[in-house]
Amino acid sequence: MTDVDDQPVAPPLAVDEPYGFATRAVHAGARPDPVTGSRNVPIHQTTSYVFDDVEHAAALFNLQTFGYIYSRLTNPTVAALEERVAALEGGRAAVAAASGHAAQLLAFYTLLEPGDHVVAARQLYGGSLTQLRHTFARLGWHATFVDATDPAAVEAAIGERTKAVFVESLANPGGIVVDLEALATIAHAASIPLIVDNTLATPALCRPFEWGADLVVHSLTKFLSGHGTSMGGVVVESGRFDWRGSGRFPFLASPDPAYHGLDFIETFGDFGFSMKARAVALRDLGPALSPTNAFYILTGIETLPLRMARHVANARLVAEFLAGHPTVAWVSYAGLPTSPFAELARRYLPAGPGSVFTFGVKGGYEAGTRVVEAVELWSHLANVGDTRSLILHPASTTHRQLTDDQRVAAGAGPDVIRLSVGIEDPADLIADLDRALGRATTS
Amino acid sequence: MTSTAGQPIRIAFAAEAAGRSALVACTLPRSTTTYPDDLLLGVYRRAQTIAMVGASPTWNRPSSFVMRYLQQKGFRVIPVNPRALDAPILGETVYPDLESIPDPVDVVDVFRRPDDTPDIARSAIAIGARVLWLQLGIRNPETVRIGEEAGLTVIEDRCMKIEYGRLSGELAWSGINTGIISSRRGGGLR
Repeated sequence: MTDVDDQPVAPPLAVDEPYGFATRAVHAGARPDPVTGSRNVPIHQTTSYVFDDVEHAAALFNLQTFGYIYSRLTNPTVAALEERVAALEGGRAAVAAASGHAAQLLAFYTLLEPGDHVVAARQLYGGSLTQLRHTFARLGWHATFVDATDPAAVEAAIGERTKAVFVESLANPGGIVVDLEALATIAHAASIPLIVDNTLATPALCRPFEWGADLVVHSLTKFLSGHGTSMGGVVVESGRFDWRGSGRFPFLASPDPAYHGLDFIETFGDFGFSMKARAVALRDLGPALSPTNAFYILTGIETLPLRMARHVANARLVAEFLAGHPTVAWVSYAGLPTSPFAELARRYLPAGPGSVFTFGVKGGYEAGTRVVEAVELWSHLANVGDTRSLILHPASTTHRQLTDDQRVAAGAGPDVIRLSVGIEDPADLIADLDRALGRATTS
Repeated sequence: MTSTAGQPIRIAFAAEAAGRSALVACTLPRSTTTYPDDLLLGVYRRAQTIAMVGASPTWNRPSSFVMRYLQQKGFRVIPVNPRALDAPILGETVYPDLESIPDPVDVVDVFRRPDDTPDIARSAIAIGARVLWLQLGIRNPETVRIGEEAGLTVIEDRCMKIEYGRLSGELAWSGINTGIISSRRGGGLR
């Protein structure tokens, strides 16, 4: 392995962004409509689009010209969202999908053949672990789960058929930060891309492309949408990975018999991955994002920088309160100075390590379930990244399908409670937790 | 990256200068040049006729995609390809070289290997073209020097279709980051 400190901090990005992050959060992808002048992005609630003539239709179907055909492939409201997320991540292009899981399906389908393999973090969100371990395995895509905080373990798991390394920048639910730059170096040494699920960090706190990642996936449902209104997902491409030079991705970088011999990398260059993910994976697997959801998510993203600052500030106060509470055994928040990930958090998430983290309540499984039932203000539900503060006992819910050992490995052991700290008054959040902890541990 | 001077911006990257390319073996070589949007807009707005060197008669080759798209945007595109003289390409007579084209040419758009491009630059100068454009993936510092010394605007490692689509906003229809932010209505370039 190479000395990562000796490397340039970040590869240059594919697109030079002329405006700052908050400006892009409001404006990117949303130029006023050329015909009506409509300032906000219209909800193009339509399935299909008229052709000028037969020749125009043929050119569209052949991907020879830009334009809309059918909303399973492209939709103007969805496209505005795709460009906005790409702009916030500093990426070249993006493809939206109906959910974060659907975005992962598009990414994996575009990279993997049956019999291929990925090296994935064992600390992935429980739903992702199940998706890879069981559902993707039925498609012949195999995964080895390793401790992503140990780059040497990631490197050791890469084999002949490995096509990607897949991690979360800020792992759900454990307050774990991975060393993105070291993992990118390891993946690139094997000529494979690093895929980063950046859902819990959001590009407001961490931009994985700046550390060498090649693809970013998001559940837009979480902080980007931000208000718990709409499901959505996206896969973003950096535009920097050399799919042809790698030699491991013939589906991308050779003539495609299912697309009249088109070589997507030759034809579309640094956004060839996204064109393939759209023109083949999204077209044929079908998990398109609804334009109305895209509109809600676009509206949410406009306030992303404001909300994330508040989420992080509240999370820090709640974490400090819990760390000093007599009924709490431990707190796993990378923003606490005692966290083993505090140093990585300072490097990769300098504005704060998000607002989703876990703590352990004294009394194990029983006490954990009592806490989530005793809160009044916190919402007991299976989501994160809402304006509202959310609480969950993963072992009895999101991570229920895993074995005991798998749950512990994923940071979701029996005593674990996951919080997603919202943007309410922190004093109210702390008072409600204090009451619930008191009730749960004395009854 | 923007520039008000309307000139290309040359960028040296520390990683490449330090010879660390092995560390990023599967990362695409970074283009060493960026072009201000105003410069590219000027190329499209002043051009009428584009000579396309290396235009393919095969419909699903990238050059055919670009030629057809530019035709739809109102440019006349004249194909140049000594191995495809038998039949017109997309309705246009094919010429064996730039010097054989009887009409004035504004832009020479090149789909050839980098080694072939210095001679193409000399021919572009000889026929009075104002712009030499090397397509995506084609870079050659000698070609740039030859063209710029003769006063031509030289663009390298860019696609004439993709840049038109980016500047017009059409590229954004496919979720691609155009880098364009504006509170004015979008629309065509010409």
